[in-house]
Amino acid sequence: MRYRLRVNPITCEAHGMCAELLGEIIDLDPWGYPILGSDAVPPDLVGHAERAVVSCPTLALILDRSSHARARA
Amino acid sequence: MTLTTTTRNLPAAPRLPRLLAGVPRDRAAGLTEHLALHGRPPLGEPGDRDRPDRLVDRIERSGLTGRGGAGFPTGRKLRSVLDGRGTPVVVANGAEGEPGSAKDHLLLSRVPHLVLDGISLAACAVGADEAYLAVHRTDTAVLAVLGQALAERRQAGLDPVPIRLAGIPGRYVSSEQSAIVQYLNKGPAMPTFAPPRPHERGVHGRPTVVNNVETLCHLALIARHGDVWFRQAGTPGAPGTTLVTVSGAVGRPGVYEIEMGAPVGHVVTLAGGLVERAGAILVGGYFGTWIPADTAWFTPLTHADLRAIGGAMGAGIIIVLPESSCGLAETARVVRYLAEETAGQCGPCVRGLPELSNELVTLAYSGGRGRTLARVEQLVELVEGRGACKHPDGAANLVRSALKTFAQDVYWHDDDRPCTGLERPPLLPLPDDQARDWEFR
Repeated sequence: MRYRLRVNPITCEAHGMCAELLGEIIDLDPWGYPILGSDAVPPDLVGHAERAVVSCPTLALILDRSSHARARA
Repeated sequence: MTLTTTTRNLPAAPRLPRLLAGVPRDRAAGLTEHLALHGRPPLGEPGDRDRPDRLVDRIERSGLTGRGGAGFPTGRKLRSVLDGRGTPVVVANGAEGEPGSAKDHLLLSRVPHLVLDGISLAACAVGADEAYLAVHRTDTAVLAVLGQALAERRQAGLDPVPIRLAGIPGRYVSSEQSAIVQYLNKGPAMPTFAPPRPHERGVHGRPTVVNNVETLCHLALIARHGDVWFRQAGTPGAPGTTLVTVSGAVGRPGVYEIEMGAPVGHVVTLAGGLVERAGAILVGGYFGTWIPADTAWFTPLTHADLRAIGGAMGAGIIIVLPESSCGLAETARVVRYLAEETAGQCGPCVRGLPELSNELVTLAYSGGRGRTLARVEQLVELVEGRGACKHPDGAANLVRSALKTFAQDVYWHDDDRPCTGLERPPLLPLPDDQARDWEFR
């Protein structure tokens, strides 16, 4: 399994929860919107990433799962 | 002797113009006039055993790419909805959002039947049962021309799939394909977050192909004359002809049809040549880039050649900036317009573009006091790639190219020195505030 993070910039309202819960990958810009350091989530951070996804008040953080065998859609 | 032999073996030069053949000066060509020039569109007879998607094969072989800006292969685009789930929908995009472009408006207002042929042929080729033609709702003259053309065609039985006219809001981002799809689905004409993309789930949730109106005109001619004919113009990698809109410091600004791969200098010459010394050329419109005039002059107009020098072909917009104009001030005005034209959806674009525009205006008009340049560079990084659509990326691209092409002016301005270019009236076209459509719905 491979995990990738995405932000829906339309629904994101800069609450900043994701950066709080997943500071290893997510930074905030001067206006409070998330900047992803990398979209690939290392295996040991998947649990934190899942917690960040469900904690986003506007559900703007998306974690895509794909198996290695399947091509990236 | 040798010369004659060589000449005889060369392929004949393609006959130009193609799209602009027989274009009336000041009115729309009627149906009779159109059919006399081009013949009936080969739509096939009912019960025809020839599979309609043969046209898709032919378009794939022709190498036609989208003429709306992105340059995506048209055949592949049609194929994607042919293979999709559900009956496809065809949308023609005639909502020309770029202030520097006039080609789509020219096609719609002078040769509406060529555009409509293209829509019908594309709709039949992918087996669509619905087709739309989107134009700006403020353009009442074009809407009237198209309404009349559609009525003529109904009588002649030319459109097997009914074509509906859709007047869409005139906002800059409203002509982006996902914005048109959302508007046709009764939403605001604003870009949407992808996936799903229109070819996966578009109008009424069905696979939707959105093509620029110029692209559809080329398709209508390829259906008649074939892919080999199409490839007689242009280069092997970028076949066919394309329309360009030339303005700025040239003798005869206007829309011209050229072979793909013609150098920028050739196009400027077609448009009457330079009327004063050129400093830089804006290629690709407000999503494009500033290129120093001497570099641009010999650059062939293809997506690949322009990408290789960090540029973009966009919808074929060429604006020549005189050497005595201030490229920085021109860029600042355009970025302020782009900041006003954000859909207001994505934070980094909503917050970033106005700040970027303010810093640029300061740098261009009041001088940077040595700290504005760094701030501009930082904001460019902050907005790029951070919207649902490419609006912030376009602005970032334009500013980055301005900083590079006008590098000397930039340091001059940041150091607080006056610039004589500011005394010249603004050159880059922007829509009149009074004539602007401010709504998205």
